[in-house]
Amino acid sequence: MAISKTTQRETSQGFNLQQQRRLWGWVFLSPWIIGFLAFGLVPIVASLAFSFTDFNLTSDDPMQFVGLENYRKLLDDPLVGISLEATAKFAAIALPLAVILPVLLAALMNSEYLSGKRFFRTLFYMPYMVPAVSAVYIWGGVLNSETGWINRSLELIGINGPNWLFDITWIYPALNIIGLWTIGNAMLITLAGMQGVPTELYEAAKVDGAGPLTRFRNITLPMISPVIFYNLIISVIGLFRYFDVPYILKEGSGDPNNATMFYNIHLYKEAFLFQDMAYGATLAWLLFAIAMVFTFAIFYSAKYWVYYNAEDVF
Amino acid sequence: MTAQTFSQARSHTEDTGIGSVRYTKQLRNLGLTATVSLFALLVLIAFLMPFAYGLSTAFKDKEMINATANGPIYPAEQSTFTYQGEDLLLFEVSVEDETRTLAMVDRTRRESTFIDPDNPDAGQIVWEGRWQQLDKVWEFSPRYGNFQEAWEGVDFPILLRNTLAIALIGMVGTIVSSIVVAYAFARFPIPGKRILFMILIGTIILPRQVTLVPTYALFAEIGWTGTWLPLIVPHFFANAYNVFLLRQYFLTLPRELDEAAMIDGASPLRILISVIIPQSWPVIVAVGLFHFVFAWNDYFEPLIYLLGKDNLVPIAVGIQDFNFIYDTQPHLIQATSLMALVVPVLIFFFAQRVFMRGVVITGVDK
Repeated sequence: MAISKTTQRETSQGFNLQQQRRLWGWVFLSPWIIGFLAFGLVPIVASLAFSFTDFNLTSDDPMQFVGLENYRKLLDDPLVGISLEATAKFAAIALPLAVILPVLLAALMNSEYLSGKRFFRTLFYMPYMVPAVSAVYIWGGVLNSETGWINRSLELIGINGPNWLFDITWIYPALNIIGLWTIGNAMLITLAGMQGVPTELYEAAKVDGAGPLTRFRNITLPMISPVIFYNLIISVIGLFRYFDVPYILKEGSGDPNNATMFYNIHLYKEAFLFQDMAYGATLAWLLFAIAMVFTFAIFYSAKYWVYYNAEDVF
Repeated sequence: MTAQTFSQARSHTEDTGIGSVRYTKQLRNLGLTATVSLFALLVLIAFLMPFAYGLSTAFKDKEMINATANGPIYPAEQSTFTYQGEDLLLFEVSVEDETRTLAMVDRTRRESTFIDPDNPDAGQIVWEGRWQQLDKVWEFSPRYGNFQEAWEGVDFPILLRNTLAIALIGMVGTIVSSIVVAYAFARFPIPGKRILFMILIGTIILPRQVTLVPTYALFAEIGWTGTWLPLIVPHFFANAYNVFLLRQYFLTLPRELDEAAMIDGASPLRILISVIIPQSWPVIVAVGLFHFVFAWNDYFEPLIYLLGKDNLVPIAVGIQDFNFIYDTQPHLIQATSLMALVVPVLIFFFAQRVFMRGVVITGVDK
């Protein structure tokens, strides 16, 4: 409704206003465009160019054009499949958690029956502020199969805890448990979304006799669906960039049995440890292509489940 | 006030039915509050359990960190008993089917000699067996000195200055530039906006490993490596995460207010400042906070851009001083990160107030 009003007025006042607004749009967009060219596009194009060369940091020979050599190497590299599989296994647990848990936690933090809200919000957010090196040390200790607090607690109720960090099955739940520690960020974004829902909607629903669960399902969830969409996109992207925790935890070794050889760790080792920048750039471009397919698919699905007040997704 | 309502409700209970309904309702709310808060507290305790581990490590003696499975979880040292000017270590020893706390006088591989601390002059007790298998007696003994050692070891005040400067300047830059760009995406008829937006999202997906080497070469070329500039200046050109978040929020704002201001002759910049931003404080504070925390803990970029500039590095990199491959100092790492946590936690705690006020400004009472 609002859109059609705007369009009507813009057309009735002539082409001039439309043009003026376009100009303003470009002005407001300019910081990103300049930054994108300087810190994004030029390096990206340079990286793409590297993938067709033998560019590396070790030899003094001038860079040579090698055609599709790096892409052939990519097809023969067993670690590409292994690392993508590791990422998929991690994602199978991580994505559902990343969508559901922030909503549940934010709902709890937003509850009218919760006292000490500021205290709770701060403390749930706090682990997100712990430096990664320190957080990984903490979890390495807590998940230790012999001395760790988790297995000691399990022992108290008669369960023999698994070898979290050295078992190829348990490493993924373990990494996800470590990942949950940074849920505070998504919780806060979801909370901001929940607080933006107009109270009139809830009051009207109350008058109509809707219970708390119905109100949550029929008002809160649709109204915060753009935020859930945001959380989903950011989580998917986070998966494709996943690096810090497994790298610090296993020092890039991929132990146990390459289960933590995530794609970015493989890429980092090829590009920076073995200094094959050209192959690193090639790996990066494959990752970029895969990530783009997933992101497009999620954006495409958005029109079926994301509700916007003002405009479509794009 | 609540108490008054409460007593009123009580006094009316006898003669009218309304009072008793109100009384029941209050009681029900009280019960719900207790249940929900208790539940949240239990979740929180489980969630922060590892934090307690970090806290305990920060106060531990280095030798005690990797204590065996039956060692204490709290900072401890082995209890001693002083006898004739000597500190004797205490052990749990089973003598004649009875476990007693004894002080060790002498030990060999096969047998050890103890005395009873309660009755030291009663003579020595000889116990046969390997003394390493005995349970030690522990007492609570936090090492506050870890904090001083960490503070001096990394020159904490300098690290704090560096971290604050990088985080705050970058935060201002990213807030201003991201708001402006998000506003363009949310409200203006730019040709090719969909494609531009996909490119913006694409920059999030691109692993930073892809752009790292060319970017590093660029900064080296213009002489920015070894300074804070590569860590600060890029944030003045908007950040895809923040633009996305702000745009999502702006899209949920009703357009009627914009349009009313436009009819009154307000320029797009005026509308941004007077209409959009005042409605968006919660998300703006969130964006500022996220950047601050990101910059506070960013490890990778300061590491490569400030290589060899020890007086310019932020805390996240400075901590690494305690992580030498052959001599890791977990207790000092944890002590430093605890000190590093104080500032962001305080800022977060107080930023919430603005966050809440922002919510009130938008006309939505929680």
